[in-house]
Amino acid sequence: MKLKWQDDGLKGPLARAKGLGSAGEGSEHWFMQRVTAISNLILMIWLLSSVVTNIAGADHAEFTAWLSMPINAILMILSVISIFYHAALGCQVIAEDYIHNEALKFIKLIGIKLFFFGAAVACIFSILKIAFGG
Amino acid sequence: MTDSVPKRQRPLSPHLQIYKPQMTSVLSIFHRITGYAMSIGIFAVVWMLVAAATGEAAYGTFLEYAGSKIGMLILFGWSVALFYHMSNGIRHLFWDVGYLFKLKNAIRAGYVVLTLTVLMTAGFWALIWPDVSPLITE
Repeated sequence: MKLKWQDDGLKGPLARAKGLGSAGEGSEHWFMQRVTAISNLILMIWLLSSVVTNIAGADHAEFTAWLSMPINAILMILSVISIFYHAALGCQVIAEDYIHNEALKFIKLIGIKLFFFGAAVACIFSILKIAFGG
Repeated sequence: MTDSVPKRQRPLSPHLQIYKPQMTSVLSIFHRITGYAMSIGIFAVVWMLVAAATGEAAYGTFLEYAGSKIGMLILFGWSVALFYHMSNGIRHLFWDVGYLFKLKNAIRAGYVVLTLTVLMTAGFWALIWPDVSPLITE
């Protein structure tokens, strides 16, 4: 089987120099994984302390009252975006490393993006509904 | 253009099982495993938030499952994965800016990661246990 990084004569020197690897893109992926790693770290400190002080053991009324406070809703939406983005990037690397069938890998990479995007929309909509007094 | 297809088959490196497990390699694969496990665990976050937005009954069902023995086991495993991935992620960020590359320091930082994981998991559960334990169902 011909592998993507093998030179087939069609890929110009510019594409090679840009570091277009098996995912067909450059260093943005690596960089965004670091950006979201740092934002995850900051947001997780907030989220974990909120779990300790408010979320753990809360019933429906207590949890929604906590989440409907603007500061909590805002930070929760940011957490969802940051974490799901980071997770999608991580799952992409794992798929690229371990799936060697090009067709299967392509399907998996699309599936990852659709799954995390869908999950993020579901979470953000739910947060907003609670925050706006749903 | 140079031809990158090898003229003849070169020997491949030995399989992974050949190598002795080391602090660097084992912690590295655990970073992936914990990250992937938490990505699957995102289902629980979606469930929690959508249930809370749906209503009291749906949230009650979520709490019932979360409070079951298997639910608590999953949540505990998830907390271990989170604290490990977080600590080891900081170790990765140090590498990204050029520190901890000496083998001795990389291994030392590995022990710090493992110690932090145990301490943070224990501390976290000690703090939430009074709130969580009444919700545990059979």
